[in-house]
Amino acid sequence: MSAIVLLVTVPLLAALASVVWPRRAPDLVAGAVALGLGAALWLAQAVWRGGVQLVAPGGWGAPLGIELAADGLALAFVLLGAGVMAGVVLSARVEMAPARAGPRAGFGFWPLAMLLWAALNVAVMSRDLFNLYVAIELLTLAAVGLVALGAKPATLVAAMRYMLFALAGSLLYLLGVVLVYAAHGTLDIALLGARVAAPTDALALALMTAGLLAKTALFPFHVWLPPAHAGAPAPASALLSGLVPKASFAMLLRLWFEAMPDRATPGALLLLGGLGAAAVLWGGLRALGQPRLKLIVAYSTVAQLGYMFIVFPLSAQVDAWTGAVFQALSHGLAKAAMFLCAGVFILSAGGDRMADLRGLARALPMTGFAFALAAVTLTGLPPSGGFTAKYLMMTAAFGAGQWPWALVLAGGGLMAAAYLYRPVTALFAGERAAPARAVPRVVQLVPLVLALAAIALGILSAAPFEALQIGRPEGAP
Amino acid sequence: MPEPPALPFDPALALDAALAVAILGAALAAVSGRGVFRAVVFFIAYGLMVSIGWVRLGSVDVALAEAAIGAGLTGVLLLAAHGRLARAGAATDTPAGAGRGWAALAGLAVSGALVWAWFALPPVPARPGAELAEALPRAGVENPVTAVLLNFRGWDTLLESIILLAALVAVWMLTRDGDWRAPLGVPQHANAEGVMAGFARVLPPVGLMIGGYLLWAGADAPGGAFQGGTVWAAVLLVAALAGLWAPPRLEAAWFRAALVLGGAVFVLAGLALAGVGAGFLTLPEGAAKPVILGIELALAVSIAVTLVALVLGPPEGPPDAPPDAPPGALPDAPPGAPPDAPGAPR
Repeated sequence: MSAIVLLVTVPLLAALASVVWPRRAPDLVAGAVALGLGAALWLAQAVWRGGVQLVAPGGWGAPLGIELAADGLALAFVLLGAGVMAGVVLSARVEMAPARAGPRAGFGFWPLAMLLWAALNVAVMSRDLFNLYVAIELLTLAAVGLVALGAKPATLVAAMRYMLFALAGSLLYLLGVVLVYAAHGTLDIALLGARVAAPTDALALALMTAGLLAKTALFPFHVWLPPAHAGAPAPASALLSGLVPKASFAMLLRLWFEAMPDRATPGALLLLGGLGAAAVLWGGLRALGQPRLKLIVAYSTVAQLGYMFIVFPLSAQVDAWTGAVFQALSHGLAKAAMFLCAGVFILSAGGDRMADLRGLARALPMTGFAFALAAVTLTGLPPSGGFTAKYLMMTAAFGAGQWPWALVLAGGGLMAAAYLYRPVTALFAGERAAPARAVPRVVQLVPLVLALAAIALGILSAAPFEALQIGRPEGAP
Repeated sequence: MPEPPALPFDPALALDAALAVAILGAALAAVSGRGVFRAVVFFIAYGLMVSIGWVRLGSVDVALAEAAIGAGLTGVLLLAAHGRLARAGAATDTPAGAGRGWAALAGLAVSGALVWAWFALPPVPARPGAELAEALPRAGVENPVTAVLLNFRGWDTLLESIILLAALVAVWMLTRDGDWRAPLGVPQHANAEGVMAGFARVLPPVGLMIGGYLLWAGADAPGGAFQGGTVWAAVLLVAALAGLWAPPRLEAAWFRAALVLGGAVFVLAGLALAGVGAGFLTLPEGAAKPVILGIELALAVSIAVTLVALVLGPPEGPPDAPPDAPPGALPDAPPGAPPDAPGAPR
């Protein structure tokens, strides 16, 4: 049995099983995550030794059938997904247990999380534009359901708004896919890369990109993100911020660098980079003024997603591609850690306003330390994964002679330091006014492990750097 | 022999032109104006005419799906949503906001781009004609649509059938916490001697047979799991709306098992095929048809139950139920009837 097949079927079976046996769902899901983590590591060694791995479900292959492939990029996101999912599921065994979360949220979290994981794995490995549509649709519906777990009316409104944005994005993407199929009779990314260009290709690429931008929440399509990510329960927020936007970003990379690199005009690439820069600045500015920790962390996601898009105008540079993927990985780990920290703080202090957080690091030293480490990655300080990402992208910016992008990278780091300063100083304040409730150790430990992984990505960057070059598209720098 | 007098126009073209005008008119009527009910009615009419349009284009499979799901089921869902808004005392007329102008502009831009693309598109591409013609005889079924859906691109269909489950679980997350153990939807009552109840007694056997036929025929002619499952869903819904069938509770294990049956059979069949060496979801040429029909039967059951659950909506206790009422204290539990028994009369 191929590791790729396991990575896309085990989460699906776990989702189905947790609908049928809701009381056993936490254990079933834990078993599935252990299996999936093993499959991801197995896939890693297969890709490391043997290069790109390929599976054709149905056995037909392109163009009649669908192919799933694991190259360096897909492998990176598969490993991120398995790692974050393992941490989130461990935390959720406490926070989303039916006894604590109630029968509704305690039922829904488990199948939705597993469906999200399956969809992520398909979205980063599928080589077929329509199969990618199905994957991103499954991802969206699972994500909207996870937002709706936070049953407050304001959160339900946020979930609704998210769904409208995301479904409008789906339709635009699908329209682009239809145009591609009408012109070329194939949806396979590799075959499209070798196609004879048609006059409608630019329109198709524009439509697909607009749809995916809405799903990635790039400025100015970000308005749905902060209330949705901040309103969901912490384990759900960790999945939503850490993993979900990465799937549509990976699809954008494949479209622009593999399927249609010939349609990437300098103006379009500059526009994507410019929107990314605007997201970095606007997200940072808005994060500065938020009263609650989860909202600060959610606006920080808007800013951090922006960095990834600076890859587009720098696409002639060797390091930009690797830097953008490093940013996606380290943000995924650090942001999941941060939302899980916020969940621990809420469990312990009953709220996430700055006043609730005062002196909490004294009662929860592991979690306080984890939050600070995650902040190091998000600000891009050495020796974190965030630092490696920014270093690579800065090198690319100077190499291309486009120094304004370096200013955005540096300014974004300063703003991240500014908006994370308030929660960090509150957490490490001298004394605590209200007593803190005890929180199980495993829930305190998980964000620390994730935050350490984000740091390790910077210290041990050589192997991931090399792995990312496996099967790197020729259209990429 | 004299030629029959030639009509001054092509009658087929006239029909198509009238259809196109009617489709555009219904679409316009659905999005203009402020009444939600009116919009829903025009949306259903629009869906039916679009499905006729698909017949005219020779895509009977798409026409069936559009009529059953696009117009029928989505229409019922929208009507149910309208009823829910009305029950909640919410305004069912949309406010005339400025957003509408932007939406119209965006719609026009996309339409304009499509019109341009129609003229700019190259002639029919060489792909996948030759490959498809070569592969079809090995697909196990005569209907090319079924061959694509269940064989060539079965992986897509597997994921799509599971998307329905994701949507349903997301809808259930809208349940009020105190209503979790109540039956799905709101209790329905119909006059036992009335038209609805009589209709609901006659329709099910016929509907069950038509759904089964569509499922079976889908191998060689238009039809298949989605169409057949939708017809079965309609049968169950009519019975539920007439009060002849008590909708299940989320706690009913048979009900949750029926929801996942199709997806589970599909995934496990795929893995079993990989286990015997054929490859994930790879149907051996000789056994393709029975495997496809088995998967489609399981899919149709799950599709029917899922669609019924989507239309009924999340569990809803009586509006005056105190939040977090203990299970068993719900006033609408039918006395004496086991809550899990399908077809238990009210």
